[in-house]
Amino acid sequence: MSYHEAPTIAAPDAPRLDQDDRPTLRFVTCGSVDDGKSTLVGRLLYDSKTLLDDQLDALASESKTAGTTGGDLDFALLVDGLQAEREQGITIDVAYRFFATKLRRFIVADTPGHAQYTRNMATGASNADLAVVLVDARKGVITQTRRHSHILSLLGIRHVVLAVNKMDLIGFDGDRFASITAEYLTLAGQLGISRVQCIPVVAPDGDNIVAASTRMPWYAGPTVTAYLESVDVAGDVSQRPFRLPVQWVNRPHADFRGFCGRIASGTIATGETVTVQPSGLRTRVVRILTPAGERDRAKAGESVTLTLADEIDVSRGDVLAAGPTPLVSDQFAAHLVWFDDEAMVAGRRYVLKCGTASTGAVITTLKHRIAIDTMAQESATTLEVNQIGYVHLNLDRPLVFEAYRDDRDMGSFILVDPISHRSAAAGMIGSSLRGSANIHWQRLAVDKSVRAQLKQQRPCVLWFTGLSGAGKSTLADHVDRRLAELGRHAALLDGDNLRHGINRDLGFSSAERTENVRRVAEIAALFVEAGMIALVALISPFRSERELARLRVEAGEFIEIHVATPLAECERRDPKGLYRKARAGELPAFTGIDQPYEAPQAPEITIDTSELSSEAACEHIIRYLREHNYL
Amino acid sequence: MTGQIVSIMEPSPARNAPNEAPAARNAPSHLRRLEAESIHILRETAAEFRKPVMLYSIGKDSSVLLHLAMKAFHPGKPPFPLLHVDTTWKFREMIAFRDQRARELGLDLIVHTNRDGLSQGIDPFTHGSARYTDVMKTQALRQALDLHSFDAAIGGARRDEEKSRAKERVFSHRSAAHRWDPKNQRPELWSLYNTMLAPGESMRVFPLSNWTELDIWDYILLEDIPIVPLYLAACRPVVERDGALIMVDDERMPLRAGEEPRWRSVRFRTLGCYPLSGATISTAATLPEIVSEMMASRTSERQGRMIDRDSPASMERKKAEGYF
Repeated sequence: MSYHEAPTIAAPDAPRLDQDDRPTLRFVTCGSVDDGKSTLVGRLLYDSKTLLDDQLDALASESKTAGTTGGDLDFALLVDGLQAEREQGITIDVAYRFFATKLRRFIVADTPGHAQYTRNMATGASNADLAVVLVDARKGVITQTRRHSHILSLLGIRHVVLAVNKMDLIGFDGDRFASITAEYLTLAGQLGISRVQCIPVVAPDGDNIVAASTRMPWYAGPTVTAYLESVDVAGDVSQRPFRLPVQWVNRPHADFRGFCGRIASGTIATGETVTVQPSGLRTRVVRILTPAGERDRAKAGESVTLTLADEIDVSRGDVLAAGPTPLVSDQFAAHLVWFDDEAMVAGRRYVLKCGTASTGAVITTLKHRIAIDTMAQESATTLEVNQIGYVHLNLDRPLVFEAYRDDRDMGSFILVDPISHRSAAAGMIGSSLRGSANIHWQRLAVDKSVRAQLKQQRPCVLWFTGLSGAGKSTLADHVDRRLAELGRHAALLDGDNLRHGINRDLGFSSAERTENVRRVAEIAALFVEAGMIALVALISPFRSERELARLRVEAGEFIEIHVATPLAECERRDPKGLYRKARAGELPAFTGIDQPYEAPQAPEITIDTSELSSEAACEHIIRYLREHNYL
Repeated sequence: MTGQIVSIMEPSPARNAPNEAPAARNAPSHLRRLEAESIHILRETAAEFRKPVMLYSIGKDSSVLLHLAMKAFHPGKPPFPLLHVDTTWKFREMIAFRDQRARELGLDLIVHTNRDGLSQGIDPFTHGSARYTDVMKTQALRQALDLHSFDAAIGGARRDEEKSRAKERVFSHRSAAHRWDPKNQRPELWSLYNTMLAPGESMRVFPLSNWTELDIWDYILLEDIPIVPLYLAACRPVVERDGALIMVDDERMPLRAGEEPRWRSVRFRTLGCYPLSGATISTAATLPEIVSEMMASRTSERQGRMIDRDSPASMERKKAEGYF
């Protein structure tokens, strides 16, 4: 067949800027290794004339040296971008490709078929409207097909094109195609994938990709391109209630305070009432600034800046909402796709990111694991890489969200390992766990801002970190006394003293040291909630733990003070004789000697007490607090 | 400053310069979608990192990136400085344009040059493009990022540019040695970005990941964004060398036997160091003419770049080493 006379597809030449409003369809390709995904995508690029002369020349020469097609154009080389991929003839990572026809623009995520790379498939699917699932006509629906379709359904994909490839290798057998179609439709039905179009193709030759194949006259349906150009995937989030996760507070000068973010769902107009979640405070929208200028209204998908009628407390992680109140809870149930090589550990703390909010989260229960092949729920104690499960999570603070099936932006999250910083899992929220879905965070009559106003201060945590003997406690004590003189309300939490009380059950193993820091961070956060300035003097050697402490309070409420006195000086002072003991081997895992101290990368304040007196250092801190409006 | 208290979080000075966006025109909604996505990424970067910086290469993509940053933080200024890695071999018009833009917009511009490379006399003619690029661009960038301890560097790379770029994340992790590990990238789902870093590590951020070259030009046209005049056709002195047209921008360029600069009507599809930027013969002297010429073009923009030709996987290798 001839692919040079591609009838429906053309370079994006005809429509121009003023009338060019071809919608964009984002789709993902998936299937087993060697099913021909990259070839199919390469073919779409080739037939849409997206490829330019120098790229075609490069393809022709690479096909000869690195191709797997005996010197013919190897379309897979167009998308297998990494050297290792070309060497091994497989796809390792998601590739994003762009092409356009006269009717639509397309962004395609080409994802790997290898079992160990399932996480990349989920990645590609997370932003897709539709999936093209490839199967090898000789093999039909196999385990990988089930696994991928299951992930697609979990990620909310409702439209699938099943491309049955390599039809030439089964003699264009229509009956075989029909039986594969029937088997897949059964699977799709179980998974709630509502619209499936099955198309028999030969990707390298272009049969039924752009032009209808002359070799399969028994197939009367659309080609892949024709279907992608016409399918209606619209699920209009503009019709849903207004939700704006606040990304950034824009405060360039005293007369302007704007709240920036991309509208997740719904529409908003000036004059309309919104509530700030989770606080529940109400106010009105005054101005709407969009990238195209100031407007009266804006809708889902737009990145805007809103100004509000009242001076109320709104910060990153809050959600501006109208209409039915969103779900607010510190516990929910969710599906997890586990990504990390390190298996899930129930009871361990991860960093959870949802929308613009970040918080510590613990997986309290693994309700069940899902057997990919049968979709059966089975009991399990952990999730390994690429496994899927249903879990309960406990968060450090309440989060504003929606069920994933209703709202992808408001119902999705990732878990990050606080030590390795790897993305450990992707999550889709099922439901809130606080009784019924109607339990919302109740706004307390007296909140933090009221207390803070009473005390004429902005509550915050002053976190003094540094080596043993660096002078943390001395300095914190100095600042505490100075604040008292100024009539401010502070509380000093000293690591050593706390170990005599609330932390007296803890030793010095790394797990116990982590718990020690966690408890202190919790207590500090409670003081902040009460409108106080909490001073914490704690070695806290690990950056990840300090980051978790930072996440425990709101943005701008955590001031990390690195007491950066050099080790030699600390050891010379050795006020408690600890360095001497550590050097003698009597104190294992002593920070600075045989356990590393991870210095802050960008602390708000750095102090070296070997060069600065305690009084001078104290005054610097007070000045910082004044200049940044804490006092 | 050592030993003293260093406040990293100086509040940015309040400026009151109104910078109203141009009156809304009927923009294609797909450009507005790209714009909204890029602005979201820029704001995430500002919110999630301690000390971000925007790499400003003076090219068309940088011009769009800067325009988006101005919009993202309007009516304020972008809460990060611009960084230009100056190899000292840029076109003179680029440098003039850079300084003018930074002044007009009132932005903080950091210019960094690899002084070691300069004193070793590294230049693109005698040392070859690979060595020169490594020393004056890749190493220079790493020096600048280390010197200022930036933890996020925003760049204008697009996924449609090149095959290994098509696989890179929007938030792309770099080790403490600035290395990219393409086989161990963090999965990136929805609009959720894992921004956590260990000490010394950093992030490269690509807000234009999903734009195509045509989108860039359409948007420049739509928003009337200033660009370096070198993108527009004009009579310029060029020599033909190794199959490319190289503009003789100053007297430092050694002419080979038989080479005689000729004045021809040319323009540039990509801009960089003048000895490494191939010009194309063109009479497209206005933006609309450029766009229609581009639509009819049968070659990619990177064709004019000498540095990609060094080896087939050259971009992937350079990126792994820290090149932007």
